[in-house]
Amino acid sequence: MSDLKQELKEKIIEQLNLEDVSVAEIGDTDQLFGEGLGLDSIDALELIVMLDKDYGIKLADPKEGRKIFESVDTMATYIEANRA
Amino acid sequence: MANDYFIQAYSHIRNNQIWHNGESIFTADSADFSSFMKAAYKHFALDYGKFFKMDSLSKLAFMASNPLLNDEPEKNTALVMTNKAGSLDTDRKHQTTMNDYPSPAVFVYTLPNICLGEISIKHQLYSENAFFVFDSFNPSTLHDYANALLDSKKAEKVLCGWVDFEHQKHDAFLYIVSKSGTFEHSLETLNRLYQTP
Amino acid sequence: MGKGVAITGMGIISAIGNNVEENYESLINSKTGIAKISKIDTIHKDAILVGEVAMTNTAFETQLGLEENSWSRTSLLAVTAAKEAVAQAQIKDINDCRTGLVSGTTVGGMDKSEQYFYDYFESDAAWKYINGLHAGDSTQKIAHQLGLEESFATTISTACSSAANAIMLGARMIKAGELDRVIVGGSDALSKFTINGFKTLMILSDTFNTPFDDHRKGLNLGEAAAFLVLESDDIVERDGKEVLAYVKGYANANDAHHQTASSDNGDGAVLAMEKALKVAGLEPNTVDYVNAHGTATPNNDLSEGRALLRVFKDNVPEFSSTKAFTGHTLAVAGVVEAVFSVLALQNNVVYPNLNFKPLCKNSIYCQKQSLKKKNSM
Repeated sequence: MSDLKQELKEKIIEQLNLEDVSVAEIGDTDQLFGEGLGLDSIDALELIVMLDKDYGIKLADPKEGRKIFESVDTMATYIEANRA
Repeated sequence: MANDYFIQAYSHIRNNQIWHNGESIFTADSADFSSFMKAAYKHFALDYGKFFKMDSLSKLAFMASNPLLNDEPEKNTALVMTNKAGSLDTDRKHQTTMNDYPSPAVFVYTLPNICLGEISIKHQLYSENAFFVFDSFNPSTLHDYANALLDSKKAEKVLCGWVDFEHQKHDAFLYIVSKSGTFEHSLETLNRLYQTP
Repeated sequence: MGKGVAITGMGIISAIGNNVEENYESLINSKTGIAKISKIDTIHKDAILVGEVAMTNTAFETQLGLEENSWSRTSLLAVTAAKEAVAQAQIKDINDCRTGLVSGTTVGGMDKSEQYFYDYFESDAAWKYINGLHAGDSTQKIAHQLGLEESFATTISTACSSAANAIMLGARMIKAGELDRVIVGGSDALSKFTINGFKTLMILSDTFNTPFDDHRKGLNLGEAAAFLVLESDDIVERDGKEVLAYVKGYANANDAHHQTASSDNGDGAVLAMEKALKVAGLEPNTVDYVNAHGTATPNNDLSEGRALLRVFKDNVPEFSSTKAFTGHTLAVAGVVEAVFSVLALQNNVVYPNLNFKPLCKNSIYCQKQSLKKKNSM
């Protein structure tokens, strides 16, 4: 699980071009959208693509993404439970 | 006819070098455009994370406009920019992602005028903007368009210029047209300033 | 300088009717045009609902006397609606004054281009569908069909603001004395290109769209064409024209927020409404009804609702979105809703927010669902 979280942090930084952010700066429970990392709706779509491409998980409703992408913790839990 | 408008300030970005009013303010020996932009971002301590999400054209326009708009208090500054390649560099990039998973973050940059949006967002300009595609630097259209915006009081100042990016080749020349300044707002001045940083 | 800009003709074809009268009947009878897609074979056909125009391409070709399969659906819709507008304006000779044409579209002839996409490599027979792809194609066909000669004709492709911008440009050209009469509007046919694009953005609802509803899930796409005939005071006087309404004010503005999303506080919408009121010389409290953009996406309706509150303060007029009837007709939305707004003025009605479930804790989202008759002046 902690490997997955580490991997997710690296992917988030790379996929979303967060050049200013390092893996160490993203806490497991830090909010990704809004105040936290300040991600936006396009980033959310990129994360949905990432779930599909890298973990074989297809999201149909972007609203589902809201809860899943709350933090690295919630993402990892969801991926563990649903990965193909 | 007397010309009431002037060029208040101007900037260039070419061959991994940035000039402000003809003076070099940054240069780097970077292997590609993206690392050159990253080096410039660090040098100017920009602290604007969204910069790294932008496509090359937006980075170029953003970086060239930055020295001109940083201390500009006039928020009714219109944006009028031009280039040759449109958003072709990003269009091609998007086309390659389509073979696999199309990237929404690349897709949103497949229009050249998005770079004007990025400048508007950064400097909170709710002003008029327009983007035109020409074969080459076309001072007469820019000149007439800026004058019309100022004459009709649609804007107090106009940030104009040329921002072109394709295959790593980058060429930016931006300038602010205003009611006061060093140079007369004329075709001769624009041609001269465009050619020599 | 400030000359009047009169609307003397209207034409529309949408999912709720093939002409102005049919559209109005559907509006006042709360009859939606949203249904399962029937004319495009898309893999998403079970996951989305759309607002399709009922007529088939063949029916249009017969009506317009065209060769089979020669035009894109965007052009078929465009010419049909433009002809209705010109007929209502009772124009005998379209070249009897400086008449212009400004038309908006997002996809142009994409419906045909995508249909023959793989054939272009095989033969040149389908090449005309590539030539008909560009945004100006339907504009040229309208000009030709209306008999416009050497006139100012242009195309605006600014996504969902296209037709609104076409109305603005036409009105400004009349005000500036550059033209005497302008036919303004737009046309967009449904295509896989559009459906897939919006699907990728994940803003399509899998059920009937519910503008301003608390549980709104996104938009339904629609297809339509609509046009207005704008005429100067001089032409209205010369021909003794009946004026349906006037284009009093208009504006567009920069939201300075995001590439695709609207700002949470509706900054751009506030600026545009304030400038439009200023151009019209009207105070906010003189407005009886707002036909909102109301696409039924979470972001749009929130942003627009807040903008209405900021402009109208505690005196927000009745507002509704007619996207629940027609779907989001993209480039055409601005003129579809201009036609509906003129009809609202003429008949003193406020259209219902179909599919909206009142949730009266938040007062401005507590709009009535049924048609409302306003007292006439």
